[in-house]
Amino acid sequence: MDFLTLVQISDTAVRFAVPLLFACLAGLFSERAGIFDIGLEGKMLAAAFFSAAVAALTANVWIGLLAGIGASLALSIIHGLASITFRGNQLISGVAINFLAAGLTVLIAQDWFHQGGRTPSLSDFGPNARFNQITLPFADQAGDGAFGIIYRELISGHSILVYIGFLTVPLTWYILFRTRFGLRLRAVGENPAAVDTAGISVVALRYSAVAICGVLCGLAGAYLSTGLQAGFVKDMSSGRGFIALAALIFAKWRPWYALWACLLFGFLQALSIRPDAVEALVQFKVPGQFLDALPYILTVVILAGFVGKAIPPRAGGQPYVKEN
Amino acid sequence: MDVMPKWADALLIPLISILIAFLISGLVILAIGEDPIAALNLMVSGTFGRSEGIGYMLYYTTNFTFTGLAVAVAFHARMFNIGGEGQAMLGGLGVALVCLSVDWPHWTLVLPVAIVGGAIFGAAWAAIPAYLQAKRGSHIVITTIMFNFIAASLMVYMLVEVLKPAGAMDPASAKFPLGAHLPTFREMFATEGSRLFGSSPVNVTFFVALLACVGVWFLIWRTRLGFAIRAYGKSEPAALYAGISPTRIIMIAMLISGALSGLMAINAVMGEAERLVLNSVEGAGFIGIAVALMGRSHPFGVLLAALLFGFLFQGGAELSLWTNVPRELIVVIQALVILFTGALDNMVRMPLERLFLMFRRKRPEETTTSAKPAE
Repeated sequence: MDFLTLVQISDTAVRFAVPLLFACLAGLFSERAGIFDIGLEGKMLAAAFFSAAVAALTANVWIGLLAGIGASLALSIIHGLASITFRGNQLISGVAINFLAAGLTVLIAQDWFHQGGRTPSLSDFGPNARFNQITLPFADQAGDGAFGIIYRELISGHSILVYIGFLTVPLTWYILFRTRFGLRLRAVGENPAAVDTAGISVVALRYSAVAICGVLCGLAGAYLSTGLQAGFVKDMSSGRGFIALAALIFAKWRPWYALWACLLFGFLQALSIRPDAVEALVQFKVPGQFLDALPYILTVVILAGFVGKAIPPRAGGQPYVKEN
Repeated sequence: MDVMPKWADALLIPLISILIAFLISGLVILAIGEDPIAALNLMVSGTFGRSEGIGYMLYYTTNFTFTGLAVAVAFHARMFNIGGEGQAMLGGLGVALVCLSVDWPHWTLVLPVAIVGGAIFGAAWAAIPAYLQAKRGSHIVITTIMFNFIAASLMVYMLVEVLKPAGAMDPASAKFPLGAHLPTFREMFATEGSRLFGSSPVNVTFFVALLACVGVWFLIWRTRLGFAIRAYGKSEPAALYAGISPTRIIMIAMLISGALSGLMAINAVMGEAERLVLNSVEGAGFIGIAVALMGRSHPFGVLLAALLFGFLFQGGAELSLWTNVPRELIVVIQALVILFTGALDNMVRMPLERLFLMFRRKRPEETTTSAKPAE
């Protein structure tokens, strides 16, 4: 595998990592506040559909993005109602949200566009209907040295959401570990009773965490259908929400580790569409299915605690009951 | 805490939850420009209007009974097994290997062996998450989800690289031998010349599913092991104090759960397709979650819920055939049932409890013993 191939695979890895990253950070906010969320997948899917659909209808991807975030937020509110207000089972609620999104997106897509559960291709709706690639300054003049190739092929030429995604990592870190809100949010995931005793509303904190989660899932979904691809197809999130969940556990619920975990899983996904490069690297034929399954296998190994222990927030998954 | 009589807890709450779920489903149909009443009529006539529709309904019911029982048994030990889908896929692999291993002379010989094969493969796929939960504390929900994806990749590999006959194009195993053909309802019940049950795939496995219901009921409520499972599900410290080993209970409950999921393949792989194809499970593993929640984890409730979902599945197929409503409507209904009977249970329960308390105050205090089923 030569250097250029490696850089190109890395470039694909970055594209694949970004939706994982948004969803992973979304899960980070929610789970740090003590709300398990296995509905990341569904929220991404809903956002992917609505951002593509509205972008197609308005020919403006930014309005599409807002619609996607709105759809994802709506599902977040359902999750919040179920797991915070009505103190239901957060896992079951997440499962329900995944199916709700899987069904509703196809149902609405069929009703709006009559194309068998997909949206029309966004490339037919003018240049503003999807997020286009941005060529960074001097990228075209960059030479053919190692740095030049990396700058031109890897760093430049992504859509704006990719750069936003990478900026979200330090932002998340700052919010969680350097602000009062972040401290309280983490506390509510470890010991909600203590937060309550301090006179701070557990319910409000958890709802805001769930809302942030919704916004970030919205970005993840919008990137899928308007950045990575040009339009929505049925079930297009294809398990990315669960890989993001895996990355979150892999990262032990920390933002910077989440970035590395998502890049790793993105890289694995990029490798699975380049079996030739893998074969050249390891000198024998690796089944593509094994590469597909690798993120999940890795997660199970991590969860089993053989490579360091992943300890979730202590109050995760438990509804908070005052005075109990 | 038990302010409600048992019948309200077991019947009234699920009934109200399901009504809300169906009401919203009706609104969804309305929103996409179709008439919900007409849609319901079409679903009913498409299912009960002819015996073939009923046959299809019972075929789906058989699948959902197995996966529903699987989730229910795990629920009793307070384990949430989302891995039914993967376990059923592996069960299919087990059934296929049994069917393809020998040129079977008669279905009565192959059925017991296939049951064992499907159950063992399904249980094996549940065993690793169960062990990791019991011994290493890895959350079973996450690991079973991961195992669904791993199973999907494994099945693609097995079908494309191993089981596909040489020269075949589609990723599927060879056709099972004729002796492995399970009798369909038509072959069993239709008289000469009649079209009873038409070409529907419902077959003898339906009775295996009924037996499984009885078996699970007996296990959970009439055996020492069932008592231990329920005790562990209700209170881990109490079970521990009573000398019940959590590791043992988690392992056994999950193995039974995985085996039941695997049995679904008898119906879908052996009874219907008669060869192993990709995506033979078709989401039935997930529908098991809705079925178990709706049936309150009781085998009889599971059977009723499986019948309802069998009807929804067959009716939904008719609906997508004749109207602009895609099959995904079923997924929406399934989601709403899971949401309202599972996650938003308290939304119905809390006001209802208040109502019962209001009535209770007028009468002297009476003691009701109502056991909440495991959730």
